[in-house]
Amino acid sequence: MSFLDFSHITKTYPGVKALSDVSFGVDKGAVHGLMGENGAGKSTLIKILSGDQHADIGEIRIDGKVQAYASTGDAFDNGVIVIHQELQLVPELTVAENLSLGRFPANAGVIARGKMLEDVGAKLKSAGIDIDISRKVKTLSIGERQMVEIAKAIMLDARVIALDEPTSSLSSRESEILFALIDRLRGEGKVIIYVSHRLDEVFRLCDSLTVLRDGKLAAHHTSLKDVTRDQVVAEMVGREISDIWGFRPRKAGDVRLKVEALSGTKLKTPASFEARAGEIVGFFGLIGAGRSELMRLVFGADPRSSGVISVDGKVVHATDPHDAIRAGIVLCSEDRKHDGIIQGRSIEENINISSRRHHARFGILNRASEIAAAETFIKKLKVRTPSRKQDIINLSGGNQQKVILGRWLSEQGVRVLIVDEPTRGIDVGAKSEIYELLYQLAGDGMAIVVVSSELPEVMGICDRILVMCGGRISAELTREKFAEKAILAAALPDTKTPDAIAS
Amino acid sequence: MTYQLKKILLGEQGLVVIFVVAFALVSLLVPNFLTDRNMLGLLQSVVTVGIVACTMMFCLAARDFDLSVGSIVAFAGMVAVMASNYTGSILLGLLAAIACGAFVGFINGVVIAKFRINALITTLATMQIVRGLALIASDGRAVGINSPDFYQLALSKFLGIPTPVWVLVVLFGIFGFVLNRTVFGKNTLAIGGNPEASRLAGVNVDRTRIWIFALQGVVCGIAGILLASRITSGQPNAAVGLELSVISACVLGGVSLAGGRATMSGVIVGVLIMGIAENAMNLLNIPAFYQYIVRGVILLLAVLLDNLRSSALGRR
Repeated sequence: MSFLDFSHITKTYPGVKALSDVSFGVDKGAVHGLMGENGAGKSTLIKILSGDQHADIGEIRIDGKVQAYASTGDAFDNGVIVIHQELQLVPELTVAENLSLGRFPANAGVIARGKMLEDVGAKLKSAGIDIDISRKVKTLSIGERQMVEIAKAIMLDARVIALDEPTSSLSSRESEILFALIDRLRGEGKVIIYVSHRLDEVFRLCDSLTVLRDGKLAAHHTSLKDVTRDQVVAEMVGREISDIWGFRPRKAGDVRLKVEALSGTKLKTPASFEARAGEIVGFFGLIGAGRSELMRLVFGADPRSSGVISVDGKVVHATDPHDAIRAGIVLCSEDRKHDGIIQGRSIEENINISSRRHHARFGILNRASEIAAAETFIKKLKVRTPSRKQDIINLSGGNQQKVILGRWLSEQGVRVLIVDEPTRGIDVGAKSEIYELLYQLAGDGMAIVVVSSELPEVMGICDRILVMCGGRISAELTREKFAEKAILAAALPDTKTPDAIAS
Repeated sequence: MTYQLKKILLGEQGLVVIFVVAFALVSLLVPNFLTDRNMLGLLQSVVTVGIVACTMMFCLAARDFDLSVGSIVAFAGMVAVMASNYTGSILLGLLAAIACGAFVGFINGVVIAKFRINALITTLATMQIVRGLALIASDGRAVGINSPDFYQLALSKFLGIPTPVWVLVVLFGIFGFVLNRTVFGKNTLAIGGNPEASRLAGVNVDRTRIWIFALQGVVCGIAGILLASRITSGQPNAAVGLELSVISACVLGGVSLAGGRATMSGVIVGVLIMGIAENAMNLLNIPAFYQYIVRGVILLLAVLLDNLRSSALGRR
């Protein structure tokens, strides 16, 4: 029997079997990977481990003892700590205060500041975490905040630490620090559950691996020595994906989108570029290089201070997204949750929100035509959902992205489609579906602009790559000339070393 | 058994079920409740709150807030009475009242949408400004109605039911339709769900919000006219605290203060529950001071129920 044992875990939500009969064990002092597509059941399993949800059948045992938590607080007290993608820290409090929250050393209600700083400092030092504990959390970078979250686990003498996509917003240098810390925790005999989409990280960090698919155990590897990446991908999607990009060459037509000397408050240096009909143009760069800012200017989401945008030779006077949409330019934002989905509303409404005027006469909606449009795009884009009435918040990331693409496709006359980080947080299967869709749309004559921080992705799917660095376009390469080194060199400011790159 | 009960109470129609049960209980327990006369009285008593709730629903659904409704109702009533006294034409008086209401609403909307001032602060300001205007216009006194035809607005009946109740029913119908079946209504709900995403999806958020407040002003104008007609004068102190009753009724009807969730049927039920509670307490001769407590408790219970419901939904 292993130290941490999942035994026959089954969990059903109305209409969905999230987990069925999942059993596996993890040894002490091991980093255990947990992989699977979105909706495969990883999150549910983590939620059950954290006491946030309860298994219908099955149990979790730690050190042979059955764990039954009434709440996440209970799990905490039993040394099980889950670190979520969205960090749970109080920004206005200092690191030390955050780490002592709920357990402040106090005399008659007055916090013993000296003792608090001493305790926290000693703990962090022994764990090798180097953060100024008197700083407020809001002044820390995302990477440092992640450290504080892990420090919280260390403060509580956690036995089991689960990390959910910990590197999704870290730069590679920050990731390195995190990996070193994880190695250290492994040495101390903790059990680490590492949930990630990133194969290279999993192969680098993990001792063992569990792959879930459709709520079932697809594979369990007690060692990763003889396992290949292709094998894991195949286990995740249930079929072989030989070439995830599936690039299809197309013929570029006339210039569709022409951007000349465009600038705004967040993008000082004027930028110019064009995209042709049938072409997929990639924008690569570090986080903060100005790619998203440029695209928001093109879309009219932020006010521009100079520049001319034209579509098919016609100048677009967009001061607001809805002008840009009418001119045929649409944008899928990088932050799906904040700028994309309308929480609390159905898939149908999320698809029709932009194109609604096409379903209305004098402002009165034609329900039948709205419903038909929604059903068409749900089918066409293979959105996995029991019904069009489902609240969009209940869909996985990949399916939400498809709904947002459906929103733009239902808008008639789109000529320029800009997608910002189209596959962030999306699993392999849905990724290749989205690429396929982009090829199709380009083939139909759209000009497509893909903004991405993943170099293999832009190299895999684009006809041409523009590289941005420090707010300006620093290089342009056509597909024949794609070379990792040249692109990276153009993306890096002179002062930075290559390890500052966000992976 | 308890699971079933929970499912019913927290389900889509939970509020309607509670309403039906409450109505049945009150009918059985309170003497003279279920009589034609009392039913008509009950409906008449909820006219003002009900009419204003129609558009408050849109306001709340778009994550906004309007505290100025009570003042606009009083002001519009004053304008209606004074303008018809002055011109001798009731029609002109009514149009003037509605125009004034629309104007105040429009100003609210522009300040909130274009200048990005918090709706709570903006309408708190206009609430006081407009109340001040009403007091100044009449020098703080009530203004009597000259033409008896003006009373007829509230007194006249159609098929045995007073005109104001018909107006209420028609407005319920219109705004129910607008919410569910028009671009404007759906955009309102989308804005409440996620304003930034709605803007990036091409919804003209500013224009929609201005429209919401302007409509709110128009509807307050209508409510003000009917109220003035019923109390046979323009009262600068009329409808004090109306905003709280209206917002309570909306929240009671399941409209989310976080925006994005509203149904007309819910709001109707909310308005009626408030009306029944007040009516029953009057019939039972419960002193007015205690009625405040009961109303507050009902509101708290409604919000608790709503909370339970959303966490039940969120667990899915």
